[in-house]
Amino acid sequence: MAQTRMIRLTVNGETGSYTVPVRQNLVDFIRNDLGLTGSHVGCEHGVCGACSIEVNGDLVRGCLMFAVQADGAEITTIEGLAESGRGAALRAAFTARNALQCGYCTPGMLATALDYVEGGGAADRDAIRAHLSGNYCRCTGYQSIVDAVCDVIEGRVEA
Amino acid sequence: MSGPLTIFDRPRDYIGQPVPRADTKRLLQGRGTFIDDIQLPRMLHAAFVRSSVAHGVITGIDVAEARALPGVVAVYTGADIAPHVEPYVGVLSHLAGLRSAPQMPLAVGVTRWIGEPLAMIVAQSRAVAEDAAALVTVEIDPLEAVTDMETALDPATPVIHAEMDSNLAWERTVDVGDVDAAFARDDVTVVERRFRFGRHTGVTLETRGAVAAYDPSEDELTFWYSGQAPHMMQFIFAKHLGLPEENVRVVSQDVGGSFGIKIHTYGDEVATALAAKLLGRPVKFVADRMESFLSDIHARDHVVDGRIAVDAEGRVAALAFDDITGIGPFSMYPRTSAIEANQVLNLTGAPYVIGNYRAHAKVVFQNKNMMCQYRAVGHPIAMAVADCLLEDAAHEIGMDVVEIRRRNLIPDDAYPTQSASGMKLDDLSHHKSLETLVETMDYDARRAEHAKLREDGIYRGLGLISMVEVTNPSPMFYGIGGAPIASQDGATIRLDAGGGVHVSSSVTEQGQGTNAILAQIAADVFGVPIARVKVTTGDTRTTPYGGGTWASRGAGIGGEACLQAAQALKEQVLEVAAVILQSAPGKLDIRAGAVVDAEGGAERMTLSDLARTVYYRGNELPADLKPELVATRHYRVTDFPFVFTNCAMAAEVEVDPETGFVQVLNFWAVEDCGRVINPVLVDEQVRGGVVQGIGGALYEECIYDAEGQLQNATMADYLVPMAFEMPDIVVKHVETPTKTSVLGAKGAGEAGTGGAPGAVMNAVNDALRPLGAEIHQMPMTPERILRALGKV
Ligand code: FES
Ligand code: FES
Repeated sequence: MAQTRMIRLTVNGETGSYTVPVRQNLVDFIRNDLGLTGSHVGCEHGVCGACSIEVNGDLVRGCLMFAVQADGAEITTIEGLAESGRGAALRAAFTARNALQCGYCTPGMLATALDYVEGGGAADRDAIRAHLSGNYCRCTGYQSIVDAVCDVIEGRVEA
Repeated sequence: MSGPLTIFDRPRDYIGQPVPRADTKRLLQGRGTFIDDIQLPRMLHAAFVRSSVAHGVITGIDVAEARALPGVVAVYTGADIAPHVEPYVGVLSHLAGLRSAPQMPLAVGVTRWIGEPLAMIVAQSRAVAEDAAALVTVEIDPLEAVTDMETALDPATPVIHAEMDSNLAWERTVDVGDVDAAFARDDVTVVERRFRFGRHTGVTLETRGAVAAYDPSEDELTFWYSGQAPHMMQFIFAKHLGLPEENVRVVSQDVGGSFGIKIHTYGDEVATALAAKLLGRPVKFVADRMESFLSDIHARDHVVDGRIAVDAEGRVAALAFDDITGIGPFSMYPRTSAIEANQVLNLTGAPYVIGNYRAHAKVVFQNKNMMCQYRAVGHPIAMAVADCLLEDAAHEIGMDVVEIRRRNLIPDDAYPTQSASGMKLDDLSHHKSLETLVETMDYDARRAEHAKLREDGIYRGLGLISMVEVTNPSPMFYGIGGAPIASQDGATIRLDAGGGVHVSSSVTEQGQGTNAILAQIAADVFGVPIARVKVTTGDTRTTPYGGGTWASRGAGIGGEACLQAAQALKEQVLEVAAVILQSAPGKLDIRAGAVVDAEGGAERMTLSDLARTVYYRGNELPADLKPELVATRHYRVTDFPFVFTNCAMAAEVEVDPETGFVQVLNFWAVEDCGRVINPVLVDEQVRGGVVQGIGGALYEECIYDAEGQLQNATMADYLVPMAFEMPDIVVKHVETPTKTSVLGAKGAGEAGTGGAPGAVMNAVNDALRPLGAEIHQMPMTPERILRALGKV
């Protein structure tokens, strides 16, 4: 059996200690052990961006990090954003623009879009597209997501 | 033509409005329920050992070590499960002559493609199941792999199924008019091209997956799956696992993309259901990304030799082509793998007046993953062949590509009519759509700009497409051929005591907005605020019987059933209201959740009052009043085999002759999908579809080597469109409602994917033409462009 290790971390404001197999990746731990299934897994090799979450303030691919590497970390997932109200304007804009269809890419898209908006990104469609270019969406064709991000940056959304 | 048209005489509260989808809120808060989100008590996890040889005799599978690994609960080989499964064969009687061989969930005796499941591990976790899978040793005596579809029928090529005389699965010819005479005319210009369309796959972001649970005390199987057609799967599990059909419940909740991928019978999913039955415990299987590439159906992969004859006026004298497509070792069950080629035969040239038409297709077996229906089945091939030949012919005779379409498109006042292949067509608007497109894209100005840019060594091109899309299929699509696939759908609408309504429908939701448009229709037609409508879809136990979602049928068929049910419920409620209010049903109406005077709109009683009276205080009602506050209606298309839509699209590209890179700068689509129920959702269907089509035109290809090994089975290697490469897409509508329903809605889900590839190919060739190059192979990769330019 795989080796295990104890970690202690804070996810969406809740701190806990957990025993995890050392080979388990962070997004599997978050989904399967913490039951936070809002983060999704699309490729497990760092390409699609569906698993993007915030670790210590950085946007991270949860499939490319081991759970043990998150020992001591502060993590925010899509559930945490909803609970704290952070990103409310983006969520409203995503709804208004229908910037999601199946919603499977949405946790990663939202996290990546939030990273752009909070980082002071401009309402420049090419720059937004470049920032989102590591997140795969098969449904939308991306335009509505770009529209939603622009709406937020230009203050067209009431959250 | 059903029903007197009435409700659209006045503006509607919700139908036609850009109402936001209620489902988005849940998904934006991480509260969706996708397959891998389901956790059941005592649930086990499956992993599969898959074939690494494209064709070979399985001489031994050693599972002893795997079985001994702690945490492993069961290991099954093909031989282990064979006694429990009735084999399936993917043929349909209306596709005359189509043949395939019996299939089992796990290969028995011979393996026929790389990725075919050979053994199944069931363990306490997926990680342990994968550990165990790695401990299984499989011995295979390789046979020669048949990989090249173009030589699959050569006498020297081995035959994949010993019981057959060749690798031919199906063949059909359509021959109309006198094609040879037309090509022989001395006043026509003939253009011939060989088209190659690469293999694609759907790459749904949520991979296929299922959770199966079996209750031996009731002999009941519940199967949650990421899929589009619950009732079809109910039949399949009942038949092939030997269960009473009513004891099988199939549920699809949130589905992370589907596009036709999740509408077929996959061995790993059948094995998952069987394992749950054998073990009496829930079993989950979620494909990893490599398994998806190796086993999700692939599509396209056609070589088409096409030719067109046009006269000096640009009128098409004849169109003819031969198509060959390889479908893998079996025809997929139950929809079959001949439908795509059949669509190519039926649809090529369908927008145009063509008197002489000959189309021939061969569908062959090969040792690659199976092919079947993926978004826009056959359309990308059919539309690209006709419109690329047409544009090339226009250039040959020195005519503008818009003008040649004006001269050949079926006139907007010519309906009903039929296509060259005999497809019944009605309510289309090719000319109006084309003119709207030309105006929207500022066609002439762009042409002038391109000519100028060329002087500076910038090579831009415009390419158009005029297309039809098959939507709202009737029983002529599958049911007629014996498939357990409903073309009718049902909706049940119930007025609840609180005054809200509950809609339950047999069409399914994969993000396209089915639930939202059902709510819009119910709210609008019945007369409640949309927030008071709850919708259930995707559960064979609680929804009416129906086909689910495929062939762009959800809005047109499921929506019409919902409209009829809402209308019926309204009449029933007004009858009750008339008694309670001592009025007449005709004098009352329902608006915004209340019964009102039809004239003047004064509120008489709320729906909640009425419902509570009926449900709780029946004593207040006359004894002979038998109130029914629930109504069910079903709907199917009867007048036509399919309800066609049309679309005119254009792409603007820039080709870099040094690198071979193509950038799509702009894209325009003018869609006529009949009545638009929700413009935001329709536009997003079109845009998403166009982007998938651009992917097919420029990037996507399942690349196999000669041994049948898929070379690019990762998301890093199979290139899909990402945000940065994609243009903004302008979408416009022409609305010609179909007369086959009151709602008048046709489908909109596939036009983008069906038409964009041909438009992009035309645009690339427009850009390349001044350089003396042309390309008729998709995807149009930089390397292929450079080859076309003679640079490599
Ligand atoms: S699942 Fe992590 S990037 Fe795709
Ligand atoms: S909404 Fe389906 S993958 Fe983005």
